[in-house]
Amino acid sequence: MHNIAINGEPVIAREGATILEAARKVGVRIPTLCFLKERSGVASCRVCVVEVEGEPYPVPACATPVRDGMEITTDSPKLAAYRKMALELILSSKGAALASLACEEGAEATELSKLCCELGVQVPADVDGTDALPVVEGNPFLSYDPNLCIECQRCVGACNAAARNHSLQSRMRGSHVLIDAPFGADWRATDCESCGNCAQACPTGALSLKSRRRSEAPVETPAGVQDAEARFVRTTCPHCGVGCQLELEVRDGRIVGARGAQGASNRSLLCVKGRSASYDFVSSPDRLTSPLVRSPETGELEPATWDEALDVVASRFTALRDECGGESIAAFACSRSTNEDVYLFQKMARTALRSNNIDSCARV
Amino acid sequence: MGTLTLFSIRPRSAADARLGSTVDRFARRVEALPPGICPVAAQAALLRAGAAQTCGKCVPCRDGLPRLAAEVDEIVACTADAGALERCRALAEMIRDTSDCAIGYEAAAAFLEGLDQFTDEFSAHIDQHRCTEGIGQSVPCETLCPAHVNAPGYIALVAEGKYADAVNMVRKDNPFPTACAFVCEHPCEERCRRILLDAPINIRGIKRFAVDNAPADTVATPPRSVDTARTVAIIGGGPSGLTCAYFCALMGHRVTVFEARAQLGGMMRYGIPAYRFPRERLDEDIRGILEAGTITIRCGEEVDAVRMREIADTYHAVYVAIGAQKGKTLDMPGADAEGVMSAVDMLGRIGDGDYPDFTGKDVAVVGGGNVAMDCARTAVRAGAKTVSVAYRRRKEDMTALPTEVEAAIAEGVEMMVLQAPSSIEVDDEGRCRALICQPQHIGPVKRGRPAPVAADKPPVRMPADVVLIAVGQDIDAAPFEACGMTTTWGRLDADDRLHAASGPRNVFVGGDCQTGPATVIKAIAAGKVAARNIDAFLGYNHKVACEVEAPAPHANDRTPYGRVELIERPARERRADFEDVELGMSLEEARQECGRCLRCDHFGAGATERGRQQYA
Repeated sequence: MHNIAINGEPVIAREGATILEAARKVGVRIPTLCFLKERSGVASCRVCVVEVEGEPYPVPACATPVRDGMEITTDSPKLAAYRKMALELILSSKGAALASLACEEGAEATELSKLCCELGVQVPADVDGTDALPVVEGNPFLSYDPNLCIECQRCVGACNAAARNHSLQSRMRGSHVLIDAPFGADWRATDCESCGNCAQACPTGALSLKSRRRSEAPVETPAGVQDAEARFVRTTCPHCGVGCQLELEVRDGRIVGARGAQGASNRSLLCVKGRSASYDFVSSPDRLTSPLVRSPETGELEPATWDEALDVVASRFTALRDECGGESIAAFACSRSTNEDVYLFQKMARTALRSNNIDSCARV
Repeated sequence: MGTLTLFSIRPRSAADARLGSTVDRFARRVEALPPGICPVAAQAALLRAGAAQTCGKCVPCRDGLPRLAAEVDEIVACTADAGALERCRALAEMIRDTSDCAIGYEAAAAFLEGLDQFTDEFSAHIDQHRCTEGIGQSVPCETLCPAHVNAPGYIALVAEGKYADAVNMVRKDNPFPTACAFVCEHPCEERCRRILLDAPINIRGIKRFAVDNAPADTVATPPRSVDTARTVAIIGGGPSGLTCAYFCALMGHRVTVFEARAQLGGMMRYGIPAYRFPRERLDEDIRGILEAGTITIRCGEEVDAVRMREIADTYHAVYVAIGAQKGKTLDMPGADAEGVMSAVDMLGRIGDGDYPDFTGKDVAVVGGGNVAMDCARTAVRAGAKTVSVAYRRRKEDMTALPTEVEAAIAEGVEMMVLQAPSSIEVDDEGRCRALICQPQHIGPVKRGRPAPVAADKPPVRMPADVVLIAVGQDIDAAPFEACGMTTTWGRLDADDRLHAASGPRNVFVGGDCQTGPATVIKAIAAGKVAARNIDAFLGYNHKVACEVEAPAPHANDRTPYGRVELIERPARERRADFEDVELGMSLEEARQECGRCLRCDHFGAGATERGRQQYA
């Protein structure tokens, strides 16, 4: 453990912790942009610079380990000026579209926009670049607009270090860095799995999910439900047994997006199914919204209550079991069930149906 | 990606190996930066070079440097507004303070230093929308030669075999063509445009070829002006005094040179050893000078305060060029022992033929300048058993020319570097036994040079029967101070026209006694400037005749060549005598070397109105 001081307050920090980690632990806010925990920490944006007593120049909090006795100042007029200048340089590095992010506010504002608001950065006056670079959007799930890209490398960390897909790279070409996003017309020929972890990491919307376009027209909302801000509802991905944690973004009573959440098995990562195919069916017109029971009279499926339906299922299976023996019944669970559901299902098969004929199509 | 990666010895970027020649060209482009270039434009170019090196990771460097360079470009173009300097400073400070690696922070630090160093130039661009006075390119060799000798001109004359004309072309600005052919530090070669193609022209070597083929005393000096009956006294018969004498005499003034020593030549005779500059070759220059007009030589006459007052009252004008003759001493225990002597004293006695005999002795030389090398190599020739140079910095920090250091090593001199002399061991009879040194290690850079720091090592004992102290020279200005002339750090004060700052109003001052110990060519340049200004002070505006013209140029030969270097006699042979160590060029070598000259006096800025640094 190291004894350090942050803004004059004594703090005990883990050996090997960065200044940022130590500050966050005690609730001291240091603005960051390119840093993304467990994704990327290349210290490229220099927004998190702090002053350390005895050091002649500021250091990036995200990449500087604490030393015993370190005295850190996280805010000063000089640091504020440097942070603003860094953001202004970022905003004016491309054309008007990127520059205008500085003034975006509200629920849909990007992380960069929110940071500009926090640090009082305005739209730079003398942006002369044009939004000339073509948008890369051959991939059905993801697109890349280089005109909004600030080359922060968060997507690179997400794709390589975190998801280990190694399909998205940055081309280090001096002042003209570009992200090689494998979303072009030849997207099928790439190793990209369209998982979208890059888009989740992107602080500007340069990388975005097509299923969750920011500019989407307002959708019809279920009567009486009106959300001022998006709500995020934590749940478990229903696509397989891994149990990835995700947060469904709910707006006006409707699920509009999904993002990975910190879970034991997924550490905020998601696959293409979890991210882009885990909620559309919720509002599908084909979706059954009540149990259906086939009428013995008409031979047609007719709506029934859960009790009626479950009674039919329970009585028929009990009759079959008693008549023909449990071995006559097989239980087959859907792959889109959680591990816990499948466990309960096999338990029911063994105890209630008295059958060991159990399987599932979960083969992920 | 996705496939098994095999290791390869090839660099990841296949271009890296091929970039070698580009890097070399880039370096040569920088080295050949033309004198007179606008410093703001140079700063902008340096910034662009920095911006081109960014890897693209970090915002301050990747986005900041191009932004800063764009702002500076506006300043260069004189279109920037009044706030530009402060914006640039703020941005550069942010880049310096927050960059991740040296590519970014050094680029910004260099710019900030330039901003302070060239405040006047930056301000002129913004306030007056122009460069400061004097900015503008001119012929590199001619500009950087303190005497502004027309180097392209005499190189072209040598190429045509007109050696006597070449000698007179040099003489137009410098009456010591032979001295400079042997011992000049050739600042003219520093930014030679030929560096862009291969290497600087060996200008000194070409001059040596000219004076070897047309000795200065066989070449008639230009005609002198009619006698003015004005008298000029010159105190000091060294390079500066004699140069002033030469030009004053050509202008028709009556010159008297007062020299304290027995013979003329100053440090060229009493400092520089004969193996570097044979005395008979020095005499060629001096004979040439003395033919220029009415020059009376009064050797062996030391000028004291009383005499100086008399001279100032008697002569129409006086030029004080007494040099820096007094060897500095080291204040350490044992420094007064028998066997410890000052470098200038020993070299001075040799000048009058009094050679020391060091047979069988261990000799230690203290210092790392050219004089230290002169002492060490003289000691070798005087029969010393061992010769060691004790220097407190590293070999590469020595102020001596690298060729001098190398030559000394070849002749058997041991360079004891990182040794700071701390005391001298003295025996019972008061004779010097050894030089004791405290080992050093090289530390941080201070005032532009890496400074030595005492190392945690025991003292080193160097056996020494003779210790020669060569740690610089002082000026003996006392007689002149007594006449009311002031000094700063021991140097006589004068304005940039070399008019003495105080004392009798007809006195001019120049050379080592005004600048501190420097080079022969700087002393010559001062003598020339003094002569011009004395002429004006006397109410004239003489033009010195030059009856030679530079030949018309040929087209540039763009083929890269190696530079012809002068070779030296074998060390084992030359270390036994005081004969000239250096061998001149052959005819074919001289022709090839002259053929490399790009004739910047005709091509490029040299062809323009202000492209030359020539007096009429």
